[in-house]
Parts: sequence; structure tokens; C-alpha cells
Amino acid sequence: MPDYTPNMVLTSDKEYKVVGTRPVRHDGADKVTGMARYSADLNLPGMLYGKVLRSPHAHARIKSIDTSRAEAAPGVRAVITGADIVEPTGRASDLAEGAMVNFKFLSNNIMAQDKALYKGHAIAAVAAVSAHAAEEALDLIDVEFEVLPPVMHARDAMADDATLVHERLAAFQTAGTRAGGVLDDDDATRGTNTANHFEFRMGDLDAGFADADIVVERCVSTSAVHQGYIEPHSGTAMWHDDGSLTIYSSSQGHFTVRDHTARLVGIPVSKVKAVPMEIGGGFGAKLAVYMEPLAALLARKAHAPVKVSMNRTEVFEATGPTSGTEISCRIGATNDGKITAAEVHLIFEAGAFPGSPVAGAANCVLAAYDIPNTWIEGYDIVVNRPKTAAYRAPGSPAAAYCVEVALDELAEKLGVDPIDLRLINSAKEGTRRPTGPLTPKVGYIETLEATKAHPHYAAPKDGKKRGRGVASGFWGNNTGPSAAVALVNPDGTVTLTEGSPDIGGTRASVSQQLAEVLGIAVEDVNPQIGDTDSIGFTSNTGGSSVTFKTGFAAYTAAQDVRQQMIARAARIWEVEPDDVLYEDGVLKHRADDQLQMTFQQLAARQVPTGGPIVGRGGVNPGGAGPCIGVHIVDVEVDEDTGKVEIVRYTAIQDAGKAIHPSYVEGQIQGGAVQGIGWALNEEYYTNDQGHMVNSSFLDYRMPTSLDLPMIDTCIVEITNPNHPYGVRGVGEVPIVPPMAAIANAIHDAIGVRLTVLPMNPGNVLEALWEKNGS
Amino acid sequence: MPDVWIPAPMQRITGAPDRVQVAGATVRQVINNLEQLHPGIKELLYDEELDDITPGLAVIVDGDVSQLGLMERVSEDTEMHFLPAIGGG
Repeated sequence: MPDYTPNMVLTSDKEYKVVGTRPVRHDGADKVTGMARYSADLNLPGMLYGKVLRSPHAHARIKSIDTSRAEAAPGVRAVITGADIVEPTGRASDLAEGAMVNFKFLSNNIMAQDKALYKGHAIAAVAAVSAHAAEEALDLIDVEFEVLPPVMHARDAMADDATLVHERLAAFQTAGTRAGGVLDDDDATRGTNTANHFEFRMGDLDAGFADADIVVERCVSTSAVHQGYIEPHSGTAMWHDDGSLTIYSSSQGHFTVRDHTARLVGIPVSKVKAVPMEIGGGFGAKLAVYMEPLAALLARKAHAPVKVSMNRTEVFEATGPTSGTEISCRIGATNDGKITAAEVHLIFEAGAFPGSPVAGAANCVLAAYDIPNTWIEGYDIVVNRPKTAAYRAPGSPAAAYCVEVALDELAEKLGVDPIDLRLINSAKEGTRRPTGPLTPKVGYIETLEATKAHPHYAAPKDGKKRGRGVASGFWGNNTGPSAAVALVNPDGTVTLTEGSPDIGGTRASVSQQLAEVLGIAVEDVNPQIGDTDSIGFTSNTGGSSVTFKTGFAAYTAAQDVRQQMIARAARIWEVEPDDVLYEDGVLKHRADDQLQMTFQQLAARQVPTGGPIVGRGGVNPGGAGPCIGVHIVDVEVDEDTGKVEIVRYTAIQDAGKAIHPSYVEGQIQGGAVQGIGWALNEEYYTNDQGHMVNSSFLDYRMPTSLDLPMIDTCIVEITNPNHPYGVRGVGEVPIVPPMAAIANAIHDAIGVRLTVLPMNPGNVLEALWEKNGS
Repeated sequence: MPDVWIPAPMQRITGAPDRVQVAGATVRQVINNLEQLHPGIKELLYDEELDDITPGLAVIVDGDVSQLGLMERVSEDTEMHFLPAIGGG
């Protein structure tokens, strides 16, 4: 470990000219000066404003809807209900990035059909000449509900006599976490709230536990938490005379917006153009559509453009939080610290429709460890809550909370340093994972060693009731199809059009990869995000995939430009292309040093030497390398109030090659902070009627800069052999360790293990009182 | 022959063992041949309407999630798994 700095990079051997540097992001000035246009900033001539009537009940049958009074109200141009939206069959479809959707459930989530399944579920929508007129018209829609008892927690929903959220939901028992389905009409089987139950087994669990000298068991529960992005959802739709539709919205995938809106509106995808607006945060929740189909249906009925925007309460009540969970584990080890067996049981609330991230939890929970005998099972349970959406490393954080706390307990009982315990059991290249496949090249050991060597780990813990905790987290990282087009401009710059919405500085990190190939300055690249008619299909900005896959596409487009530039130089010099060398942005004849031309000089001559130079990259690369993060946290606990203060925090992470280290550090810091909020403050607080009672940022307490110290980072570069520059995804894994690390630090400080999230003052005091017998 | 790992729930449904050697030069051929050995398994792995791997499933070939699905070529010593397709955030 070199001399300590707050943000340090333990670099890989290979050095580059552009990759690995920290240029100013291309979109930065527009964003900090207010020039950038986000979803709700769009205003079109003659545009109407949409508002959504939402269910006041967590579970209710819709007996009737009468919209006649609203339709007659001043300024109202259109009213829609569930009858206006296409309700596809219950088949599941792949979303290309690993996620999937059942369009029947997607349709029913966007607009309720026969039942309202959670408080806030959309019942009807109005378009009017002003937002106020639309809002007033909502009060004129007469809905007759039959209020039903809600089922709010997974355990209750799993009971044999539980209230059914969907009377006809089918249970799956497959290797996949299907997005659920419905029973066939002639199937008399009773419906279920258990949408899926699956398991992975490896080795001989009983024999593994028999070999253990010590066994620890833990059971934890976590509350639903929201992604908490600053920009609420908004969508604007405009129909054209030829029957085509343009959608403007911010999302994590405008091709998904296009495809899903087309399906729910009932037109071909070729008739829909989705235009990406700037995005003010998504963290997984903007992979789903909510507003866009409603705006399209209202606009079609009103014959005018319509914008529909959510307010904060709607975001909390009607868009995906992540799951509330109940997770238990049992881990056995020998006295020398070798884990012989582990079992993990994962129960995840999916919200009102199937599809929690329980499969992600199962995939990640033991993946960083070499354990010969394992059993992992998962349950996907529907309840009367908003449909969950992806949230940063979906599934992994809650699962890690359980196992990483158990490992801390195991280390304590064995008298082993907690990092050493993880090192003893760390997976490495070739280790068989509990889900079956072999581990590729990874940097788990190097990251753990960097953690142990970090000055924070050995620093004295000054102060009263201070404790230190560590935990690690795993995320597999995703990839998918991606496209990039590079246009060489006559002034020697390059316009780079890509298909990935930029949610974390990826304009810069993708441009850097193109600039590196061409040997030009990254400032000479002008990146833009193309709409669905302007760039090839690109899968979602999710799964920490963009710098990997779209960087790969830009690299490929740059190689295409490079080859064309070589051919042009050969044509000008009347030599063979093989005689031309392209090095650091300069084209040279291999034998004649008088023949040289810079990229800029040749760019100026491109048109008369054969026309415009356009590079293209269309890729679907495999091999997105997994990564781990290890976090160290110091806390101070006030035993009178139960308040936990974060005193010091360091996050160490394998990033593969950090293309833009500042943005890797930003991702690490952002993920850690969201994890701290999840650990200490955040929760969906619901009353006995299933109503969320803290649906504002005043009451839903997210951490601010005043609550936190600077999050120190340490990037460990163990390059991914499947990417030209060694990239691994970095955005998700930093949210995985914080909850367990903080729980372990609290235990170190006051001697109690917190097993319920959030670890807010009330829960800390409860645990203390239980420990003290008071 | 490629070494195919059968997910635990599918073992129960089809009576297949946890691992089975199946001939084939592509994922599609392996699935078709697997069906001959363990009838019923194909409909769990393959969506006829989409002519693709069942939505929600990923096929892992030699450690990597296949981006080509049924068209992915496999070799004599390939190891193949069917796992949940994991969506990111």
C-alpha cells in the first residue's frame, strides 16, 4: 500500500494517454448552469397536462368507474381508465439486459384493471389545459371500491389461508425467476402469493456442517427502501398525422421506453421514437415505464401533446422501491477458519406483481467465497405494496447484510481477524460458485489485502462507544447489446452518438475509450445520446454495464475510423494501407518519414478523398467481469438516544481498469451513502391499512452531506481480460457492504448485533434494552 | 461432450440428474438432445414462440453469460449452466 491519500488508485501495470485520466465531463457545464433539459423541462406548443387518479386503498376491488363528470369539466380534453390500455397476455418477455417483464403485469401496474393492488395504484388519468384543471377533474371521477384486507408482509402472504393479491397467480418452480404468470382458465388450482420458489444446491450440506467445529446462525429483516432519485418521473407524448408517436422522457433505457410503450399502446415499435432527456438519477428504478404509456394514451385521445409528471408522493407510492426482506443463514467452519458449509434462505417481497430481485440475491450472496457445500433458496412473494423495481445491485445488499454479519460473528467466535476470515475463504479464478459456474479472473483477494493494508483498518478508535466494522459485497455486473457511431468532423473533432443514457459520467468514460484508440484529446470528442431512430438498439443503462459495453462499442467504432483513416492516407500518398502506421493520432509511412499527417489534417481532407468518414460499432460483448467492494466504517453510538454517527468511512473496490477514476470514486461514494441511508434511516413506514405514512423527503430520511464524513475510496485495478481496457462495472457493488459493515461496527461499539433495518435510534435502543434486560 | 448442469427444480420435474453429458455443437442442439434424454425439460428451457431461451433464464457457457443464446457454439469440453437472468440497477 503506497502512502495514504483520501482517494487512491492502486493502478494496473498498463498506462494509457486518455484512459485513466480525469477530464472534465462533457455535459458538466450544462448541468451545473441549468442548461441541461430534464424530462419535465419539455414544453411543446399546445401541450396538455396529465394527472393521475390513484387508489386511496392498499387493496380494493374496482366495482365501477364513472368519468362523465370529469370529461365535462372545463379545460378537460381526455380521460382514460384501464379500459384504454392494451392488456397483453401473461407471457413473460426478455428485456435483453437480463431483466424481463410480463406485459400483462406491466400493463396492470401502469393502470389498474379490476383491482387496486396498492395505495397509489393508478386508476384513471386526465389531460387538461392546465395542471390545476387536470387535478380538479380527478375529484370528479367517481370510483366505487370494495375495500379488501391488504396483505403487507411476505410471511403473512405465504400463509395457506392468506388473502390473495391475485386470485389467478401461478407459482413457478424453475431455475429462473420468472416475472410470474397466470393460471390457465381451465386450471382449478388455487392461486398463490408465492410467485416463485427456487434453490441452488452444491456439495453435501449435511456433511459440510458435520465437518464444522462451529456454526453461526443469523436471521435479519429489512424494510422496503426507495432509490430516492432527485428527478421525479415524467413523460411527454406527441402523435403525428402519420400515426407515429414521439415520446420524450428520462429513463435508463429509451429503447425499453419505445418497446414497452408500443406494446401497451398497441402500435409497432417502428411507429415510436423515444427521445432521451437528461436523467436526474435512476439507480434501477427508471428501467421501468410508468408515465410514458399514459401520456401516449391521453395524447391520442386528446389529439394534442400531453405531459404527465409525478410529484414526490407519487414517486414514493407508485414507483418501485426495493424489496422488504426476511433472510436467514447458517454457516459452519472449522477452528482454523475454513468454511465448510453455508445455507441461505431468501424471502423477498415483490410488491403487487411478481419479480423481486431475489434471484440477484441468490446469485451474489455467497459468490465471493469458496465454500464446498451450499444451499441457497429464494422466494418471490407478492404483497399489497408498489411493484418493486431494481435498485443498485438488486438483491445483493440485503443478502450481504445477513451473511456478512454472520461472518463477523464467526470471526469473533474463532478469534480470527474478519478480513483474514474472508481471505481464508475467498473465491479466486476457477473456484466453483454456489450457483454452478466457475469464477473468472477476479480481484477479491487483492481487494481484501488492500483493505487490510489500508491505514484506516489499523487506526486507533478514539472516543467513547466507538466501533469499527468491515464487510464485503459482490456484484456480477452485466453487459448487453450496444451501439456507437463516430462521425469525423472536418475540424478534427469526432461526434460520438451512443445509445446509453448517461447516469454516471459515461459520456466521458465512453469518449475516453474512443479518444484513446484515435490518439486524440477527449475534449475533441462530442458525445451525444441518440434517440431510438438515430442509433442502433442499445440495452439499458443498468447492471453497471455502460462503460463496459458502450465503451466496447465506441472502441469498435474508433477502430473502424482508424482503418478508414489509414486507407485514406494510403490513397493520398499512393501507397498500400499496410505501409501506413497510425500512432498517437498521427498517420505515418512506415519507410518514408516525410509522409506524415495528423488526424486533424486528414480529417480536413476526408470529403475529397472518398467522402465522410463514419465509424460504427455494434456489439454484444460477453465477459462483464464481476467485482467486490470491501468497506471499513467507524461509528459512534449514543447509548442514551440510540443515534449512530458515522465517524469515518473507507470503501475499497476492484474496478478493473478505472477509465475515469473520479467517476469511479463518485460511484463508490454515492453507493456507500445510499447504503448508509438504507442502514440507518430509510424505510417505507406503513400503517395497518397499508398506507405509507412517510411519503415525502421530510419524513423519509435520506442522509445529507451534513450527516456524513467524506467517504474515502481506494480503487484496486484488477483488469478484466474480456474488455480492451480491462473495464469492470463499478456502479452497483458499493451499495452492498454498508449495512453489514455498519451493523458490525455497532456491535464493536456497544456489543449488540442489530438484525433489523433500519438501525435507527428506536431499533438501537430496543436492542440495547434487550441486552441489558431492561 | 458438453457437460450440462441441470438446475435443482428441473431435476425434480424431469428426473434428470444434476449433471449430464449431452452431444451437440450449439446450445440449440444440446437442448434438443437433452429433451431426448429427459423429456419435458425442453419446455422449461426453450420458448417456442420466441424461438429463444425461456425469458428470465440465461445460459452460461464456459463461465460467461452467452450473448448468442441458442446459437452459441459449444465444444466437447464446454460446461453449460442455466441460471436466472439477473437484471441490474
